[in-house]
Amino acid sequence: MNARWRLWLGGALLVAVIGAALYFPALRRQVNVAKQLTEKTTEQARRELLPPAPVSSGDPKVRVKMFWGSKSEEGPLTPVTVELALSSDPALRAKQVLNTLLAGPVDPEARTLPADAALLAFYLLPDGTGVADFSEALATSIPSGIQSEQMAVDSITRTLEANVPQVQRLKILIHGQEMDTLAGHLDLTQTFLVNTSGLGTQPAKPSAASILTTPIHKAVETMKSVTKR
Amino acid sequence: MPRFGILLDVTLLRSRLTAGLAATLALGFVASGRSLAPQSPSTGQGAATSGQSAVENPTQANIPLSQPRMGLNIVVLDPAHGGTDMGARGTEGIRESEVILEFSSRLKQALEAQGFQVLTTRDGNDNPSFDDRSARANAQRGAIFITLHIASTGLPGTAHTYVMPEFPPAANTTGLISWDRAQAPFVGLSHKLGDLVQQELARRFKGSPATATVAPVRQLRTTAAPAIAVEISSVVVPQRAELDRMVPGVADAIAHGVVAFRPSYILPIVAGGGTQP
Repeated sequence: MNARWRLWLGGALLVAVIGAALYFPALRRQVNVAKQLTEKTTEQARRELLPPAPVSSGDPKVRVKMFWGSKSEEGPLTPVTVELALSSDPALRAKQVLNTLLAGPVDPEARTLPADAALLAFYLLPDGTGVADFSEALATSIPSGIQSEQMAVDSITRTLEANVPQVQRLKILIHGQEMDTLAGHLDLTQTFLVNTSGLGTQPAKPSAASILTTPIHKAVETMKSVTKR
Repeated sequence: MPRFGILLDVTLLRSRLTAGLAATLALGFVASGRSLAPQSPSTGQGAATSGQSAVENPTQANIPLSQPRMGLNIVVLDPAHGGTDMGARGTEGIRESEVILEFSSRLKQALEAQGFQVLTTRDGNDNPSFDDRSARANAQRGAIFITLHIASTGLPGTAHTYVMPEFPPAANTTGLISWDRAQAPFVGLSHKLGDLVQQELARRFKGSPATATVAPVRQLRTTAAPAIAVEISSVVVPQRAELDRMVPGVADAIAHGVVAFRPSYILPIVAGGGTQP
């Protein structure tokens, strides 16, 4: 191979390297975009499978308490009274109040749950265990930390406690799956205490984030026998 | 993984542990897969009347560590996150996983100055699993566990201590404590430790609560020792220097809280006449 061919070959290789350097970042962006689209599509498909919470114009409007964030010294959460047309069915009612909680307060800084999170489904088991299935955004968009994760769960459980007395404890699922933690801190393997009335055991310090150890496999088994609402 | 980790640690610590305890721990883990050696279901102050408990005398703080002592003598520090898990991230590029190592390092010095042996779950940029971190504490005798975090929310310049809620009773016919409920016998002691540490933090950082907060923190659930989580607010400070200024105060407060807790550390009774942890 003479010097001229070596020069041509070197030049071709150089062009190929430059071309690859320019093309690979664009390719990576395309892959990431495709991945996001796929994820959205999966979640969208799941949402489409689930019937939306029906809002009946015949339901009476009642005053409900929503627990959003607060900067007062009384605690991290404060009840805000709003008027909602609520179903008398406890599972539908739970869906309606949680969707309102997710929609957020007037002041965005008082929000306790990520704006892009959605409630995919809510089931109420005969033993009073509510199973709330949230979209992945609840776990991925929530600010990291024990304090923020506890506030999110407390806002959910206290809102349910105030408005749906039939829900005694709550199991949180993310996209239909049981997760180890919400966002790396708060334990999601157990159920959270919602309403102490009618329960035999009480936590040492009443807290919405207190645990009751209802095994989830039992809850899921029971759930299979319950018609989805 | 936790089973393997415990067995390794037990081997390494054989000089401090009695052969019987080491065998009990090892057999407990092997036999149950994910269980701990049997313990009494209650570890509150009531255990003091058993006659088999040892109460650490605070005046013994200067005893050389080479001499085996009953009671609290080891603190396991757990700087949270690490590796690909950076934890909370601030707008100024502050990463929880990096900053928390400084808090851990300073706290280690403060505790060693008080005569404690300090072990850490990580010293570099790695990310052990929840179970591996718990296993570090579960293999020790006479230890407490402190997991350190930095929040991404909350009033900057404050600190919160978290403890697990009480566990409801569970049917157990094996005589072994389930790994998933390892914290259950220690909740009373954890609350005591948490309140003492939080009191010290509240003195130094205005706006912090006066007592520990109850929250089901995943890391604490599988830890078979008095265990607390301390979370500092927050990564959203405009400059990292604000967090750095908190380091000495946090270390001092936790060390004082642990020293104040020392006399309360009472060994739970193990079925068969021994003591644990």
